[in-house]
Amino acid sequence: MDFLRPTHWRDALDAKAHHPDATPIAGGTDVMVEINFGRRRPSTLLDLTGVPELTDWSLDDGRLRIGAGVPYARLIDELGDRLPGLAIASRTVGSPQIRNRGTLGGNLASASPAGDGHPPLLASDAEVEVQSLRGTRTVPVGEFFTGVKRHVLADDELIAAVHVAPATGAQQFSKIGTRNAMVIAVCTFAVALHPEQQRVGTGLGSAAPTPRPATEAAEFLAAELTDTDQWNRPRPLPESVVRRFGELVAATTAPIDDVRGTANYRTHAMAVMARRTLGWVWNEHRTGRQQCA
Amino acid sequence: MNDHAPARSPQDLDDAIAGGIGESPIRPDGALKVRGEYAYSSDLWAEDMLWGVTLRSPHPSARIRSIDVSGALKTPGVYAVLTHEDVPGDNLYGLKDVDQPVLASDVVRYKGEAVALVAADHPETARRARERIDVDYEVLEPVTDAERAAHDETLPKVHPDGNLVRYQPILKGDPEATAEVVVSGTYTLGMQDQAFLGPESGLAIPAEDGGVDLYLATQDLHSDQAQTARALGLPQEKVRMTLSGVGGAFGGREDLSIQVHVCMLALRTGKPVKMVYDREESFYGHVHRHPATMYYEHGADADGRLVYVRAKLYFDGGAYSSKTPVVVGNGTTLGVGPYVVPNVRIEGWGVYTNNPPCGAMRGLGAVQPALAYEAQLDKLAEALDMDPVDVRIRNAISRGESIATGQVLDYPAPVAELLERVRALPMPPERDGTELDIRELPGGASNTTHGEGVYRGVGYGVCIKNICYAEGADDYSTARVRLQALGGEPAAMVHTAAAEVGQGVVTVQQQITRSELGVERVTVHPNDTDVGKAGSSSASRQTYMTGGAVKTACEAVRRRLLDRVAERFGEAFGDLSLAGGKIVSASTGVLTEIVDVLGDEVIEETREYHHRETYPMDAEDGSSERVQVQHAFSAHRAVVDVDVELGLVKVVALDCSQDVGKAVNPDAVVGQIQGGSAQGLGLAVMEEIRVGDGAIRNPSFTDYLIPTILDTPPMKIDVIERGDPNSPYGVRGVGEPPTISSTPAVVAAVRAATGKDLTHVPVSPEHVVDFGE
Repeated sequence: MDFLRPTHWRDALDAKAHHPDATPIAGGTDVMVEINFGRRRPSTLLDLTGVPELTDWSLDDGRLRIGAGVPYARLIDELGDRLPGLAIASRTVGSPQIRNRGTLGGNLASASPAGDGHPPLLASDAEVEVQSLRGTRTVPVGEFFTGVKRHVLADDELIAAVHVAPATGAQQFSKIGTRNAMVIAVCTFAVALHPEQQRVGTGLGSAAPTPRPATEAAEFLAAELTDTDQWNRPRPLPESVVRRFGELVAATTAPIDDVRGTANYRTHAMAVMARRTLGWVWNEHRTGRQQCA
Repeated sequence: MNDHAPARSPQDLDDAIAGGIGESPIRPDGALKVRGEYAYSSDLWAEDMLWGVTLRSPHPSARIRSIDVSGALKTPGVYAVLTHEDVPGDNLYGLKDVDQPVLASDVVRYKGEAVALVAADHPETARRARERIDVDYEVLEPVTDAERAAHDETLPKVHPDGNLVRYQPILKGDPEATAEVVVSGTYTLGMQDQAFLGPESGLAIPAEDGGVDLYLATQDLHSDQAQTARALGLPQEKVRMTLSGVGGAFGGREDLSIQVHVCMLALRTGKPVKMVYDREESFYGHVHRHPATMYYEHGADADGRLVYVRAKLYFDGGAYSSKTPVVVGNGTTLGVGPYVVPNVRIEGWGVYTNNPPCGAMRGLGAVQPALAYEAQLDKLAEALDMDPVDVRIRNAISRGESIATGQVLDYPAPVAELLERVRALPMPPERDGTELDIRELPGGASNTTHGEGVYRGVGYGVCIKNICYAEGADDYSTARVRLQALGGEPAAMVHTAAAEVGQGVVTVQQQITRSELGVERVTVHPNDTDVGKAGSSSASRQTYMTGGAVKTACEAVRRRLLDRVAERFGEAFGDLSLAGGKIVSASTGVLTEIVDVLGDEVIEETREYHHRETYPMDAEDGSSERVQVQHAFSAHRAVVDVDVELGLVKVVALDCSQDVGKAVNPDAVVGQIQGGSAQGLGLAVMEEIRVGDGAIRNPSFTDYLIPTILDTPPMKIDVIERGDPNSPYGVRGVGEPPTISSTPAVVAAVRAATGKDLTHVPVSPEHVVDFGE
């Protein structure tokens, strides 16, 4: 096995162009597990931990650009105030050691249906910045995943960064796991309010082959809020609206039965999480106080 | 020791410690383990060693038409590829029934069964060569339903004699008795894994005498030695074993794993060979707890006094017998729990299937029925509108009463007292919604509730477990104790084969020797087969048995020393004692120093300790005057918060009262109870090997979940000492009972919180949630 360790982003792209079968590795929290279990024997490993550009984040023109190599721990510590939904999701990832190593770019590249970072990125309309020697393109995160553990990257492309606007409204994230920490998601749900656009963002994880938004639920809720002028003069939400939102989210799922849970349970739990997280973001929207987590 | 003894990192297990019986000296391996410096068996290394790997069957049931190893042998770096044809001795082993091949020959009986071995100069080379072994299988229909395997003669036979490993009935009183109040239920228990962290591993070094030295992690050196020697076709003295650092056991290291394989490779290649399973292979490479289906009916009078218990217990032993006969024995004899029941009819079946083999695990055979009989007692309490603790106390067994086999308990059996005490422990505070820390709520870090849908429940569980081996087994232990003067002070050395698997037997041996010989400096010799048997570190027996052997050997050493003193000083032998390195006379005070009596002499004595004789069960009615050596009891109270909309559970408190007879090391006792309780909690709410069509669907710690710190509550532990007059110092086995009574307590609490009739462990969210609301 060849091991490549570029120290500049340009060299990394060059390496990927010349070794299109190389497996990029950053935190190694997925790749090394697969190698150790004998499920993957890469001919070439492209170690990105020596590329300093990947571990920066910046705020340009009101949008955050987060380098693909920023680990979960830093998303929590440094960006938790601007991206609270992503920070809540990051806190549910593995153990402190995993959160120190695992990166947002790696989470995208693994493209697991259970990736904890995906739903909040969907709810916030994030974009993935992809580069190769051929150039740069940005892909809306909703179009990034093409199947279970599959994505749109070409063989010569690497994930450079994620672009996402800082939160303008309340955000929440919830994850079902059958133990109280360090657990792979049975299913996840993220919601973000965008009051300045009078829009609602959502993201569902482990409920379909790829992470997906609950578009109908989000549009229903946004319309309800707009029609009743609640964006500017928020009142407690009618129970019927909360319930309908949960139903529409559940209707978006296309889950499977697997060793972690049944399809029925996933659909059921998604409705419960949707109702609860909506309650939390709405309370925050009304009171200005974040609802814990 | 062999010249090629493997390199070890610092592992000063033989450092002297302070503290005798009843104190809690720090264990000698503790700091090393906490610092990550302790050498486990997977850390062994020898110059020029090879790596061994195992090819395993991908099918739960198949006939082997042929095995072609030529492709693997041609791989550069490969030194040997071995199949059943290369097994030098008997290609069979087993703990009770000798029914398991070292390497499969004509058939494979479970997915994961060992078929061939490879040794190469690099582990990855060995793994790649393994893929080049071509096995031609004729795939057969597997037997996967244990209950059918017990009764359905039309199923394929997993072994030539059929699918029944053991059937045992117990009949007591009137098996057709009737009662005013009757409750019944069917309970099932999933396959639990021991989930030890240190995978199976060892290093075999071929010796010049044609034998082999094996350094390994195990629970019983001599059992491994006997089985391995037989398979290698060598006399036992040529198969020498030394215990290396053991990363947990819990029963999962009683059966052989790497032992014969790694020795075969070493003997064939003439080189040291190391084997280490990875986590996935470990799930296939050791036995698990028997899944069970249990049908129970309890009858009681209007006051809640039990009139009868009738039960049928089915235990799935998987492909090989391992400890299945013992599981049936324990499961039936302890099947009514720690209660007085005048009329009993219990039947137990242990069967072969093509599922993964099941064998020893903490609480062997007693964990399964406890789930059922405790659920039944709760049902009875509900039917009678009685308090669940009161109904248990009303039926609690006590000294002088008999268990279902007729054996009279001739030692304290404080079951009612334990229940009273655990009930009286302070309750955790009520949840108040103001201080919101999601880590204290069901779902924990995953942020699933801020209090919505959360209900609290309280449940109790109490259990009985036999200590030491049973049904006529003589599982004795041997200790060699040496006393000499070293550097002007008396020093003792203890040598046993008792496997230190984390439970602390190394410390217990030091403590006993200190107290018996009045000598502070006590070292424990590495455990190996140069001394007699200690028996297995199983059945909560080592403090009892090896503790007894060390005590007896110390007494023999002391006798020789004091004989000499009595003669020299003209004192009566009975007046003399040892304390603080001195010899003390009851009449005249300090006589002399131990070192002065010893001079250059070394006093060494080796003694065996045998427990009281036990007897087999009657084949027709299960009766036995003394089927088991001793019984131990613990009681738990669980408090849980359940998110009833999502089915997620947070165990808020899991408190325990346990009788330990005599706490030789009180801190270690508490540690055992904490660990056992956590393991029982795991079984209650998350731990299950999911088996489908004979395959393990979750062979990883990603999907086989064990409790984290956020799942495990602080525990109040109430230890009482009601000494057993038959055991050394009155000790009673500690390790297993808390694993047994914690599970039913947690499940009862979840039932109380949810109102659900939960009959399967682990309880999963799907069992709790109402769909389609």
